[in-house]
Amino acid sequence: MLPVFVIIPLGAAFLIPILAKFRQGLAAFVANLAAGLLLFFSICSIYWLKGGLKIYYVGGWPPPFGICMVLDGLTVLVLLVINLIGFLALVYSLDYIKRYSSAYLYYTLFCLLLAGLNGLVISGDLFNLFVFLEITSIACYSLIAFGTEAEELEAAFKYLVLGSVADILILLAIGMLLGCVSTLNMADISRSLNTAVSSNLILYSTALFITGFGLKTALVPLHAWLPDAHPAAPAPMSAMLSGVVIKIAGVYALIRVIFNIIGFNLVISQIFIWLGILSMGVGVLLAIGQWDFKRLLAYHSISQIGYVVFAIGLGTPLGITAGLFHLFNHSLFKSLLFLNSGAVEYSTGTRRLEKLGGLYQSMPTTSATSLVASLSIAGIPPFCGFWSKLLIIIASFQANNIVGAIVCILVAMVTLASFLKVQKYAFMRKAGQALTNIKEAPGFMKFSMLALAMLCILVGIFFVPFVDTIIKPAAAVLLEGTGYARRILGV
Amino acid sequence: MSLYILCLILFAIGLYCLIVKKNLIKKIVGLGIAEYAVNLFFILLGYTKGGEAPILSKDTPITNFVDPLPQALILTSIVIGLGVTALMVAITVRIYEKYRTFDINEIRRLKG
Repeated sequence: MLPVFVIIPLGAAFLIPILAKFRQGLAAFVANLAAGLLLFFSICSIYWLKGGLKIYYVGGWPPPFGICMVLDGLTVLVLLVINLIGFLALVYSLDYIKRYSSAYLYYTLFCLLLAGLNGLVISGDLFNLFVFLEITSIACYSLIAFGTEAEELEAAFKYLVLGSVADILILLAIGMLLGCVSTLNMADISRSLNTAVSSNLILYSTALFITGFGLKTALVPLHAWLPDAHPAAPAPMSAMLSGVVIKIAGVYALIRVIFNIIGFNLVISQIFIWLGILSMGVGVLLAIGQWDFKRLLAYHSISQIGYVVFAIGLGTPLGITAGLFHLFNHSLFKSLLFLNSGAVEYSTGTRRLEKLGGLYQSMPTTSATSLVASLSIAGIPPFCGFWSKLLIIIASFQANNIVGAIVCILVAMVTLASFLKVQKYAFMRKAGQALTNIKEAPGFMKFSMLALAMLCILVGIFFVPFVDTIIKPAAAVLLEGTGYARRILGV
Repeated sequence: MSLYILCLILFAIGLYCLIVKKNLIKKIVGLGIAEYAVNLFFILLGYTKGGEAPILSKDTPITNFVDPLPQALILTSIVIGLGVTALMVAITVRIYEKYRTFDINEIRRLKG
């Protein structure tokens, strides 16, 4: 059943331009149907995993020779993230994308993006991972430039150059591993690296992997493209970029390669911790001075992804669990915030915070859901963001990383201040003269925002069963380290 | 070994061109050079001196053959490179329509 995750979106991406020739409305329908099916299958995959690891051999060839697709705990978690946010963003697009011409191209590219992300996640072969990474990247570049205004093209070009450098570095790293062990299957590479003598090539390729995926993740010294690229895209696409793409193409690929193939060690742990701390601090300090709604959110993405990388870098069971939990939570509330900013822009035509105001009366759904998301990202108790941040702080105290814990607490406070500013300027204060006759966002947009807000609250309330069923198996895969190879090759 | 060093120099030239040059078209050329240096690196991995094509036949056993795996990978990589370059050129054309220049110093409406 594993290939469905690639076949459905790829097939939809192929069908949409053909069907749109006959009727424009079919494009949106097919895209949403595909995303709904994907969401259904990724929920099913939680149950498929109950019987243990699932492997699909492409063409019937067993692992060291053929390509394989693997479903394990980590895969299930990220599949859920991709397809949940993907589906809700597509539902939101039904109303939102009417502002643009040739909407069917948007849906085609969106399905291509889903195919790339899903393929990247279930691939058990390093070169296959690279190919799906490229599909994801190309879909992202074109969707950022979708509006074809001057700023959007400039942002897309910037992302294209830096993203391509990242891709080249990753390809070079794969080449070095191939030169070392003469195989591309992830499990087989890991097994060969365990027995082979340690070579400088492995060191080089680790460095290149961290730089390449770090560029995709936008960790701080490498973050220059993100604050331009994420606000430039249409709002549902911004939600996908900040909520999903930097996590899958960046964090997921990085931790899969580092933990399950090369093997985690103290040096890498220190690199992760310091990159994480730097991203947390710098991201939030840059965010607080921003007046563009989406740009502010983009800087917060850098800061929150710093939390994830920091927590996973601690390497303790609690740290990894907390990091993955925060990854899931961040995808919920950051997507919701981007959808809110899209709804505000849709109704008022501006995203400058100083020009907004008084939307609490005119847009009740948007302001209520954005309040939930703001409290979640700032870490206020009943909402989901609080529990993951608390777990991260506890984990870093346990690992004797006092500096990290203090930075986490300070950054959480600055985040709260920054989102109080958003709430005050956009929603709470009195409306100016220009903002009379503002209407609430249309139905499909409201549905997506309400669904995400409900999930933020539900995950916050039922976080113990949620962590036990979804996050723990994912953390177990990472903790197992290079033992992953034994499970896949069955030796 | 000297082949690998030359390949690395080619990669460095491409990266230098990509980072230092101010013209968008020159940046695209630089990216192409860096990409092909990596492709060359892959081909070098599978190369053996005087190697033959790895086609299995019963009567003539082949002892010294080149590794076909990197070649298959590079075919894919070249196609991906083509796609990225085409997209880049298309975006550059649209940027030229908006800004009337290829100079990266004048294309600065975003704060970065």
